Amino acid sequence: MSTHNLTKAALRAEGLPRRRAMNRLMELVAWLAAALAIGILVVMVWSVARRGAGALNLDLITKTPVQFNFGNAPSGLSNAFAGTLVIVGLATAMALPVGILVAIYLNEFARPWIRSSVSLALDVLNGVPAIVIGIFVFGLFVVGHGQSGYAGAFALACLMLPLVARSTLEVLALVPASLREASLALGVPRWRTTLSIVLPQTLGGIVTGTVLAVARVAGETAPLLFTTSIVGTQLHWDPHHALQTVPVAIFELSESANPADHAQAWAAALVLLLFILCTNLTARWLATRSRRKITTAR
Amino acid sequence: MTEIEAPRLSGRRFRPGDLSLQTVAGAAALAASALVVLIAYTIVRDSKPAWSAYGLGFVTRAVWDPVKHVYGAGSFLFGTVVTSLAALAIATPLAIAIALFLTELAPRWLRGPVTALVETLAAIPSVVIGLWGILVLGPVLRDHVEPALHSALGFMPLFGPPSTTGSSMFTAIVVLTIMILPIVSSISRELFLGVPRDLKEGALALGTTRWEMVRGVVFPYARGGIAAAMILGLGRAVGEAIAVTQVIGSTVSVSANLFSTGDTLASKIAASYQGAEDKAQVSSLVYLGLILLVFSLVMNVSAQLIVRRVVRRQGTSTRAGVA
Repeated sequence: MSTHNLTKAALRAEGLPRRRAMNRLMELVAWLAAALAIGILVVMVWSVARRGAGALNLDLITKTPVQFNFGNAPSGLSNAFAGTLVIVGLATAMALPVGILVAIYLNEFARPWIRSSVSLALDVLNGVPAIVIGIFVFGLFVVGHGQSGYAGAFALACLMLPLVARSTLEVLALVPASLREASLALGVPRWRTTLSIVLPQTLGGIVTGTVLAVARVAGETAPLLFTTSIVGTQLHWDPHHALQTVPVAIFELSESANPADHAQAWAAALVLLLFILCTNLTARWLATRSRRKITTAR
Repeated sequence: MTEIEAPRLSGRRFRPGDLSLQTVAGAAALAASALVVLIAYTIVRDSKPAWSAYGLGFVTRAVWDPVKHVYGAGSFLFGTVVTSLAALAIATPLAIAIALFLTELAPRWLRGPVTALVETLAAIPSVVIGLWGILVLGPVLRDHVEPALHSALGFMPLFGPPSTTGSSMFTAIVVLTIMILPIVSSISRELFLGVPRDLKEGALALGTTRWEMVRGVVFPYARGGIAAAMILGLGRAVGEAIAVTQVIGSTVSVSANLFSTGDTLASKIAASYQGAEDKAQVSSLVYLGLILLVFSLVMNVSAQLIVRRVVRRQGTSTRAGVA
């Protein structure tokens, strides 16, 4: 029925200048919208770079914070960088194996109805707001035991799990069935086919998905506020206690009234932003490379 | 050479390796699904004191008074609905325009880089957007945009007196718009890429302009998917806690003036992470989380249902087209 309208519109040739003007206008709108989005990105990255670069020095990652710092005492956020390393590392160690196993089960073993209901569960998990994950882990672990790096890592792992599972599932689906069949026809058991024939093909995709998931959770603040935020200023690496993290440090410094704190927040934001932009670029590069490899193997 | 084991032609050999991989992987899948249930259970359990004390009236009551122990979600619900719907209303047309630019308009060499840049916007952590929002965007909006809107459209209560600090619902709306723009535009872009070429070329061959082709062919084809993209964007806006906490000003108020401060469900929870001591307050915070969880479940499941319906319909229509 839309074709009918189109024919009628096309036959109404008398309105041509007006129609052309409308078309021009809409093209202009689309160009402007794209320019606006890029402009916002440029302005945002530029503000962070300009303000962050001034306060960026080696002290930021080697010194611990000095509270109420109105003077020039060398002050940094080494405790936050250490905490982020530990917590993101632990979260990856929790989410990565489970995510890969879930994807293997869904792609290689599950019946269709199980497949669709588990992927719905993954989508739902992916859609749960990060702050709700935070209070969930707070209720599960923190009440009665206190905050800890482990609780924060578990919260981040909840966010990573659907991302890792989904990206692994996508590359598993790209592995040609002929490869599996060839291996099975040679009498290789299914588990060995899966682990040593199918899985190595998807390694690039799994690495990409993991890198993207790490980039995503390294900047997450909301799940950590209730699980690992009430900390001192000393540097330590033990996840049995609450650890400071870079996003939480930026959040707290941004709420402060002290301009010296703002400068430090910008510097930490610059480091975080650089890390995330680099990991995203790497992941993008890996993705095109591994996809090309799988599709040419077919 | 040595003898080769004769293949068994009938029946399946019992392979412990197969069984163990299937069991372990199945347990992981079960655990992932159980996690969703565990989240729901824990949130419901921890908010029980609040909902048994305040009932459903909590959802609409606009009070949050830790001194008198009277809690309600009304003003936060108001803030959530206003900020996320306004952000969605601004972001959707922009996102669709960007997606059209990327699929129909941009020269080929420009498409890859612009797509990558728009997706980079989605990768910026919310705490960094919030930092920028409170220290850069907020003051600019307060000094230039809010006074201009107030003097031009001040007869509407929406555009009342400008904020004094730069923290306002309006700043939150702008920040949320920036955050959901790349989500809606990248889904729309994929939808528009899926519109069959012959339909588009057929319309152009009938003498339509490019815009008429978009209205007559691309939009009807992608309508369901755009609805799903909007729901997902709305879900993101509703659940965003950190950036909103940083820019909204954290007050318990219901005001028609967009330039006044407020709070949303998610930002209230984030702002209360320190100092929530007594049981009534903590369980009331978890009750806010329960409302958020219900929101996000409803939105996600409905978006998934729409996507599945669209995929099925498009699958059958292309198959019919081939036959």
